[in-house]
Amino acid sequence: MKAFTQLNGVVCPLDRANVDTDAIIPKQFLKSIKRSGFGPNLFDEWRYLDHGEPGMDNSTRPVNPEFVLNFPRYAGAQVLLARDNFGCGSSREHAPWAIDDYGFRVVIAPSFADIFFNNCYKNGLLPIVLPSDVVERLFKECEAQEGYRLDVDLSKQTVTTPTGESFGFEVTAHRKHCLLNGLDEIGLTLAHADDIRAFEAKHRESKPWLFV
Amino acid sequence: MAAQTLYDKLWHSHIVSEEADGTCLLYIDRHLVHEVTSPQAFEGLKLAGRTLWRANSVVSTPDHNTPTDHWDEGIKDPISRQQVETLDANIKEFGALVYYPFKDKHQGILHVVGPESGATLPGMTVVCGDSHTSTHGAFGALAHGIGTSEVEHVLATQCLVAKKSKAMLVRVDGQLGRGVTAKDVALAIIGKIGTAGGTGYAIEFGGSAIRGLSMEGRMTLCNMAIEAGARAGMVAVDQTTIDYVKGRPFAPNAEQWDAAVANWRTLVSDDGAVFDAVVELKAEDIEPQVTWGTSPEQVLSVNGRVPDPAAESDAVKKGSYERALQYMGLSANTPITEIPVDKVFIGSCTNSRIEDLRAAASVVKGKKKADSVKLVMIVPGSGLVKAQAEAEGLDKVFLEAGFEWREPGCSMCLAMNADRLEPGERCASTSNRNFEGRQGQGGRTHLVSPEMAAAAAIAGHFVDVRTFA
Ligand code: SF4
Repeated sequence: MKAFTQLNGVVCPLDRANVDTDAIIPKQFLKSIKRSGFGPNLFDEWRYLDHGEPGMDNSTRPVNPEFVLNFPRYAGAQVLLARDNFGCGSSREHAPWAIDDYGFRVVIAPSFADIFFNNCYKNGLLPIVLPSDVVERLFKECEAQEGYRLDVDLSKQTVTTPTGESFGFEVTAHRKHCLLNGLDEIGLTLAHADDIRAFEAKHRESKPWLFV
Repeated sequence: MAAQTLYDKLWHSHIVSEEADGTCLLYIDRHLVHEVTSPQAFEGLKLAGRTLWRANSVVSTPDHNTPTDHWDEGIKDPISRQQVETLDANIKEFGALVYYPFKDKHQGILHVVGPESGATLPGMTVVCGDSHTSTHGAFGALAHGIGTSEVEHVLATQCLVAKKSKAMLVRVDGQLGRGVTAKDVALAIIGKIGTAGGTGYAIEFGGSAIRGLSMEGRMTLCNMAIEAGARAGMVAVDQTTIDYVKGRPFAPNAEQWDAAVANWRTLVSDDGAVFDAVVELKAEDIEPQVTWGTSPEQVLSVNGRVPDPAAESDAVKKGSYERALQYMGLSANTPITEIPVDKVFIGSCTNSRIEDLRAAASVVKGKKKADSVKLVMIVPGSGLVKAQAEAEGLDKVFLEAGFEWREPGCSMCLAMNADRLEPGERCASTSNRNFEGRQGQGGRTHLVSPEMAAAAAIAGHFVDVRTFA
């Protein structure tokens, strides 16, 4: 997995609550058997004026000039600023893959749906929960100031605004460790193979019907 | 020992190891695998030269991409076909307890196939790369959806890296009225706590109204836990659970049965167990529900009126109401019963089991679909449900009403196959998500119970099934 340590990036504000993973990456793109290449179809139905299908040349499609991702001022954004319950709905990991493939490395919101939140960490994408009033302020500052950037530091667990104001965020020790070092979680777990085998043997003995 | 919740018991009996920050390795008993969220996981295994930790924990079938008609013509969409064939090849290479390929008589939606085959058992941890895995919690199991990286992780290690959630009890006491179903209970709960109300929680559904539900009803309810934001929903084990499991192909054999049942009987929350949150509803207050917007929490009783955003003081909420009304093509204050429908979909892992089809058929019997309704699709949850329904003559009831009787699969629940809404079309659907574009770009979805969907198909608009003759 890709490591995440620190970043200073342009912020793109997506001012909608309950953005679901169907909206992040519509189902027709889930037919791919690959992990990459979803970026051009991130928010497909909001971003383009026509109907997108896999295999289309996205560079020739009509874009929706009213959708925030298409505003020239947010080009190259690496921080997505969002509202409550971001990433709700389907468990599709294609959602963080698309966000990552587009170029975002951080998503900030007052709250996230559980599965999406978890999926982000598996892909070197950092989801950050900040209090609603702080997020509200970031939205205002970002919209007021072209080229607005945030500094995100995982080891210090801080988000810092251009004026130097810092906000702390939570992350579990395990996730922080994996993300900072870009660790392969399967490898880490397999280091506990003896524990798993021991547990499995006991479990099998006490509940043999689980092992048909 | 202190009184434990059902969730505590399921969690603690599966911990392999625990870190200082509470992150656990949780042992997984059952892994359900479908074609959409697994190809990248198998590819990851191949690249790392890994094998399955325990192949016989895997139960697999393709469901999202399979067509629901003209099975003789195979899967026409080449990209869908490739995904299904990739699953065929991966299972062949890596192994599984059982695989039901496309067109097998057992094929169907995984969340229907698992329980009906006895592959879902009380006390299990169940995962699947699909958020509606919460369905299996109906058996007193800990079941939740995972992402593709976690699918790969479970395939390789039989474990999930997870932290315990908080516990919520949603208690529904009393007697549900006639025409009020588990689907209405689920929607009423989501209407009350919101789509993020259960975020960070595992929900146990309890109370006398829940005890009174069949296993099918409990599955419908737990299926929708994810729409309330909770990764897992569960119902304690009782005689209804045990009777349902008995005799199914992967249920414990005669030798193990008594020990299994004795263990399952302990899968209830102890008296005095403490929950982090408790939500209570009275069964008598729940009426048939219809969603009006683009989120399952935007729901009303069938006798309600579409809300007026102008009356909403919260700015974010007001904005989302306005957007929802615009997308749904509805104006404020319209009575729900005056909303006409273009198509009706009865199916999905929420409501495609035999009991759902029986309920729909009982409303339809002897009647005809309204001329204004373009299409009514009945999509059974599995091949076995389809065969059972045909044995009971339900297919005839539907066909005589002018409905279509299809092959099993996810179908228009998410419209990954050819079954979809056209832009602007309005659908009464028994599925679980009314998100923008869920059933086809520009399509408008209203979530309802099978009875309510069937009644709307006959009337051409929503009607209160309790007064529908
Ligand atoms: S029926 Fe719908 S919700 Fe259920 S698994 Fe299939 S696509 Fe997902």
